Amino acid sequence: MATKRSSSKSTSKEQMLAYYREMLLMRRFEEKAGQLYGMGLIAGFCHLYIGQEAVVTGIQAALEEGDQVITGYRDHAHMLACGMDPNGVMAELTGREGGYSRGKGGSMHMFSREKNFYGGHGIVGAQVSIGTGLGFANWYKDNGKISVAYFGDGAANQGQVYESFNMAKLWDLPVIFVIENNQYAMGTAVKRASSETHLYKRGISFAIPGEEVDGMDVEAVRKAAEKAAKHARSGKGPYILEMKTYRYRGHSMSDPAKYRTRDEVDEMRTHHDPIDMVKAKIIDKGWSTEEDLKAIDKEVKAIVNASAEFAKESPEPDPSELYTDVLVEA
Amino acid sequence: MSIEILMPALSPTMEEGTLAKWNIKEGDSVESGDVIAEIETDKATMEVEAVEEGVVAKLLVAEGTEGVKVNAVIAILAEDGEDVSAAATAPAPAAEAPAAKAPAEPEPAPAAATPAIDERPAMMAANVASLSDPDVPAGTNMVETTVRDALRDAMAEEMRRDDTVFVLGEEVAEYQGAYKVTRELLQEFGPKRVVDTPITEHGFAGLGVGAAFNGLKPIVEFMTFNFAMQAIDHIINSAAKTLYMSGGQMGCPIVFRGPNSAASRVGAQHSQDFSAWYANVPGLKVIAPWDAADAKGLLKAAIRDPNPVVFLEHELVYGESFDVPEMDDYVLPIGKAKIRREGTDVTITAHSRMVGFALEAAEILAGEGISAEVIDLRTLRPLDTDTIVQSVMKTNRLVTAEEGWGRMGVGAEIAAVVTAEAFDYLDAPPARVHQEDVPLPYAGNLEKLSLPGTDDIVAAAKAVCYAE
Repeated sequence: MATKRSSSKSTSKEQMLAYYREMLLMRRFEEKAGQLYGMGLIAGFCHLYIGQEAVVTGIQAALEEGDQVITGYRDHAHMLACGMDPNGVMAELTGREGGYSRGKGGSMHMFSREKNFYGGHGIVGAQVSIGTGLGFANWYKDNGKISVAYFGDGAANQGQVYESFNMAKLWDLPVIFVIENNQYAMGTAVKRASSETHLYKRGISFAIPGEEVDGMDVEAVRKAAEKAAKHARSGKGPYILEMKTYRYRGHSMSDPAKYRTRDEVDEMRTHHDPIDMVKAKIIDKGWSTEEDLKAIDKEVKAIVNASAEFAKESPEPDPSELYTDVLVEA
Repeated sequence: MSIEILMPALSPTMEEGTLAKWNIKEGDSVESGDVIAEIETDKATMEVEAVEEGVVAKLLVAEGTEGVKVNAVIAILAEDGEDVSAAATAPAPAAEAPAAKAPAEPEPAPAAATPAIDERPAMMAANVASLSDPDVPAGTNMVETTVRDALRDAMAEEMRRDDTVFVLGEEVAEYQGAYKVTRELLQEFGPKRVVDTPITEHGFAGLGVGAAFNGLKPIVEFMTFNFAMQAIDHIINSAAKTLYMSGGQMGCPIVFRGPNSAASRVGAQHSQDFSAWYANVPGLKVIAPWDAADAKGLLKAAIRDPNPVVFLEHELVYGESFDVPEMDDYVLPIGKAKIRREGTDVTITAHSRMVGFALEAAEILAGEGISAEVIDLRTLRPLDTDTIVQSVMKTNRLVTAEEGWGRMGVGAEIAAVVTAEAFDYLDAPPARVHQEDVPLPYAGNLEKLSLPGTDDIVAAAKAVCYAE
């Protein structure tokens, strides 16, 4: 949303309510996407962000207009956080003309130049090198902007991530590397794939500072992101944030998630849910009532339902679209 | 309003499944996220979560039911405040909902595929026709220039013209280029625009793509294209495909350049010709020049092109000198072949270093009474099929020459195009000249045996002319 940041110390009532609404929009959007997948309206691969909402919400709250964002294939919420239209995102999921890529990209490949969202990448880890290049261009143009490259604990084991870390620090590029550690790379737990499981330490040999953050706590995320953004923006180079988070659903829609127990999932949902935590805080502080929050729920639900309707109604792309956008006509 | 819960598809291929277990019973309240059922597909048992909240009014499919079609109504929820029994007994709209609904909707796909066949010839023809080299005014001074310096001059001129153009690669700056192609660029443009990278092909290719997405025009030098195999994911998946996947939003103006194909006695890993690899990929332009004027004029065009361009050079011609017209702005059209020598008996196509061999062969053939027309392809994608086809219609014979392997190669593509578009004009089956189908050996004699040269082209041309 590129919300201007205010004080880094405390979170205001307005900010908290905005986080609540935004995270709820992501949750309901993803639930609806899952439902449309179940109905056969969304096809192929579909990776849901449910459980991880605080990460992108907190990070985006620390960004400024014109900063760039790039991520991997679990990208729906990132687009909503960048202010992209839920209708356009949902219609891309259904492969329709009204989608952000006019139906030619799908769940994993969506972009918005207008909102500085650079995808949406289906190759695990590719967004880290490209995101470093976005930062390189900011450095080259000396425009005061930063880029944020989101990637998961699985991508953190790709070689190009370290090639990018090295160049990013070598030239002090303004990039924040956000590792969304949701504990599982598809079905492989972090400890089964990573010799050093504290992923924030992965920048040590490149002299890149890193820190671990409770990725279920949107305030903690926002504060860490502000610190990282200040660091990157001031010319000190890249910064690594390891977000300890959790996805409630399987890796993709066709993953039964048998590599973890239902108890483990329930424990996270019951005691660490990012939306419930914000809601409790809002009620606790007397900033809103259950009734008023219900009104937000209702509003969000209406937006999501409208996006699903739009995504169903929007026609399939015209056959002539098959041949467009292969090359830019000079 | 009651809410229908439908049998979900849980994988891209699922059509039906077994409702193994209900975790809810009628009268239960459910919230979104609650696990309500377990479903067995052919691959796995999956949990189904509620999306809506409400009270379970009716379970329509019993536990253990097999072959439940995707999108069949399996349960009904009463919404907040709704009369549960009314919801349970009023499933009239629900009953007609099943299976067929969703699949019916996205069906028209096959129809969409048909026009492709009709439109294809038109698209191919559109490749060229109107393109031509710029007029070089009479009396223009010709300067003898090495290919190496012509490439350097092209980059320097474009960097002077456009601040967003920069060079990135291994040893391009302080070392002055591993093959001295970037000589003196650092001195003129400084370290921000002539950037030495670590030995990190995958990473710096991706970085280049990101910089191109964000408004710059990178020239990424690979010390050789052999090393670009480490980076080919970014060249293809990130640079070539993103414009399409973004519905036209994400243009990627980038040049990947460097020496391609065999050097001399460096063994198999450092001697591969990637022409056919890159020319296979939509979303890329692929250029492979031979002489210095083309190297300059086409590299300038590549840098200005708004698309990703793979620019294949050849180490063994870097030091060769050719005339280059002394003009302010010598830019050549991408996608236009050049007839290097006119002839009437056989058409020889070639690109990069093979053009020199083809011209030598034509000279030898002329001595034996065979008039060969030599076409320098210059651009491999888009391929100037018009020039080739028109030539074959005149000569009635075709020999293709390339340094790479023949299987699925550039020559195979040209032979297919000519066969499709000029079948009735052919007096002999097309012949292909290419590297032997082995990794390039180190031993001097074996390397020579493996690589195609002038003699091979001469022999092939004679064969298609049925001459001794």
